[in-house]
Amino acid sequence: MCNESSHDKHAFRKSRRKVLKGLAAGIGALALPATNASASVWEAFFQKNFRELNKTELNQVLARLEGEYSKEYGKQVTVKATLPIEGVKYGYGLDLSRCIGCRRCVYGCVEENNQSREPEIQWIRVMQLDKEKGVDLSHAEHYYNPPEVPQEGKFYMPVQCQQCENPPCTKVCPVQATWKENDGIVVVDYNWCIGCRYCMAACPYSARHFNWAKGKLPKEEMNPDTHYLGNRPRPVGVVEKCTFCIQRTREQPGRYPACAEVCPVGARKFGNMLDPKSEIRYLIENKRVFIFKEDLNTQPKFFYFYAT
Amino acid sequence: MKNIWNFYKGTIAVTVRGSAAYYCWVAFLLALMVIGVITYIVQLNDGLIITNMRDQVSWGFYISNFTFLVGVAAAAVLLVIPAYVYHWKPIKEIALLGELLAISAIIMCLLFVTADLGRPDRFWHLIPFVGILNFPQSLLAWDVMVLNLYLTLNLVIAVYYLYNLYYKRVPNKNFMTPLLLLSIPAAISIHTVTAFLYNGLAARPFWNASILAPRFLASAFCSGPAFMILIFFLVRKYTRFKITDEAIQKIAELIAYAMFINLFLLGAEIFKEYYSDTVHLAPMQYLLQGLHGHNALVPWIWTAMIFNVTAFMIFLIPDTRRNNTALVFGCVLIFVGVYIEKGMGLVIPGFVPDVLHEIYEYVPSGMEMMIAIGIWATGLFVFTMLLRVAIPIMNGDFHVAEDGVGFQISDNLFFLRKSDREKDINGSDENATATSEGSDSA
Repeated sequence: MCNESSHDKHAFRKSRRKVLKGLAAGIGALALPATNASASVWEAFFQKNFRELNKTELNQVLARLEGEYSKEYGKQVTVKATLPIEGVKYGYGLDLSRCIGCRRCVYGCVEENNQSREPEIQWIRVMQLDKEKGVDLSHAEHYYNPPEVPQEGKFYMPVQCQQCENPPCTKVCPVQATWKENDGIVVVDYNWCIGCRYCMAACPYSARHFNWAKGKLPKEEMNPDTHYLGNRPRPVGVVEKCTFCIQRTREQPGRYPACAEVCPVGARKFGNMLDPKSEIRYLIENKRVFIFKEDLNTQPKFFYFYAT
Repeated sequence: MKNIWNFYKGTIAVTVRGSAAYYCWVAFLLALMVIGVITYIVQLNDGLIITNMRDQVSWGFYISNFTFLVGVAAAAVLLVIPAYVYHWKPIKEIALLGELLAISAIIMCLLFVTADLGRPDRFWHLIPFVGILNFPQSLLAWDVMVLNLYLTLNLVIAVYYLYNLYYKRVPNKNFMTPLLLLSIPAAISIHTVTAFLYNGLAARPFWNASILAPRFLASAFCSGPAFMILIFFLVRKYTRFKITDEAIQKIAELIAYAMFINLFLLGAEIFKEYYSDTVHLAPMQYLLQGLHGHNALVPWIWTAMIFNVTAFMIFLIPDTRRNNTALVFGCVLIFVGVYIEKGMGLVIPGFVPDVLHEIYEYVPSGMEMMIAIGIWATGLFVFTMLLRVAIPIMNGDFHVAEDGVGFQISDNLFFLRKSDREKDINGSDENATATSEGSDSA
């Protein structure tokens, strides 16, 4: 992905960028107060798209970010750029017959993925629906708040990024700041996104979220184990989304996504769809499975099913 | 090169001269621009949180204005086609004003898009070869291309034409005509591409209707020319420029046709949604009736409907169309009507209810409006400056001096009062005596 050949292919871009760099540095020197004009501001400004970085450049970027985050959050923060694992395509299963709507997944996700606490960003939305009406969104309750769940006659449907095989969001991005990785995870380069929010208009699942302000994340709540394309702290003005906990699932041995791990009723299943012996494959082959908004041909890798 | 520099100096000289009314107008615009800039600085500091946009409604007032203004810009072709394809003289004399309006409108479009960006500092990512423009996949990339192409075309045509008139030369037809002809498909394409930008999103049923692009074009051919007619009336009332009733009538007639098509397409869309009565009806219901008690857009859209229908009647009936007061009234109705219908009325229902059927009712924030007003003021400022240069040139009041170096300006007021105009007409031309000349030494 970030090998030497791709670097050479874009060599011409580099030279042009040097020109631009000189120009902008000249203008910038006038515009920015001297104290702010530190090297790292300019390094961040001229950073290439993640997929165009070669190994050295990538390491420089990761080191710079680690330095910035460690300073900001007062602890040792690691920023990984772990590559997809060969022969792996992630799939997610959600058992609607088990989900009780407790929203532990919502908050587990927030803790793991360093979402902004103020303004509040959540990657998972759980809707309360009527059993009588089934998956009819026009009756969905988004902010249900009963004394206890599950409520009689209701069922609960969590929605997060469906990691589409045919993602409408990546197609519309004007600068290729978002794409589908080889393991099927749709990611965003937070340092390349220009914040036009076209992807948010294109997503049929409301899975993309925007940093309307610089997110507030208390130091003590910050998770220091981060991935460049995943849960590292996000700058203001960019779009973010669920990455199936890329910082956990790409490890070897891998860990479950935080939402699957935290679920108290085992409604959430996760695994490698290319592995015939995986749990997710068993579910897809043996349970009554449906995908959300099938008619849009987004081909989600997020499967809802009824186990009981 | 020297000539270009002298021309440029002349244009600067002419724009700083004018009557008290002209100064007041320009000062007013500059004040609004300053307010806009200050508010934008706040937005740069705090982020787009100062707007009322949120994840559910992720585009709002900025993009609504952008969409409307693309239409205004595209409508210049309605002057170019009769002028340069059919060589109709009365419009040929004023077609340039349409191009100047297109330039100003596109500038506003680009400013609105920039105001909407979360990271304007990464604007360079959009520049081909320097950044990565996702062409041809992203319709937004297409839009960036065609908008800039259209802006360049109009700038080149207008500047080339005026430059030659200034030096009392005949513009080279072999250069102008191909560009003018190219500007016709370019105008249609900026509009089509902007429509496709919405149209291509299957997630948003309100936009995902193939009628959208034709509807866009039809409404653009109403709003743009309506604005043009208003400008024509102002220009011929307050400056020395003459515009015939004949030309205005022709444009009014074209507006009547366009408005008919616009209303027809709108009706077709409303029929389809209501009769088929699927879940995709919800956004249309939100727009026209309100949904689950949320009805922020309802009074607006019905105002727009009434305005559009009334204006259509005014333009359709020859007696009212030929009455200039009624005509101006109709133009104002169309401009406001289309602004609502194709601005907020088009963008917001795409997001309400959102894809998970949550309803977040969006109303632009005060700061959002101030930035928008600042951008409109910038556009009007650009347009005023362009007219300030173009109108005296076309009247022969601003041209190169006898020595071929300096400039001669015989229109020192630009905005005339009624008494000035009468003097103008009576021939006791006081302004001519106040002719000023500039040269390299001056």
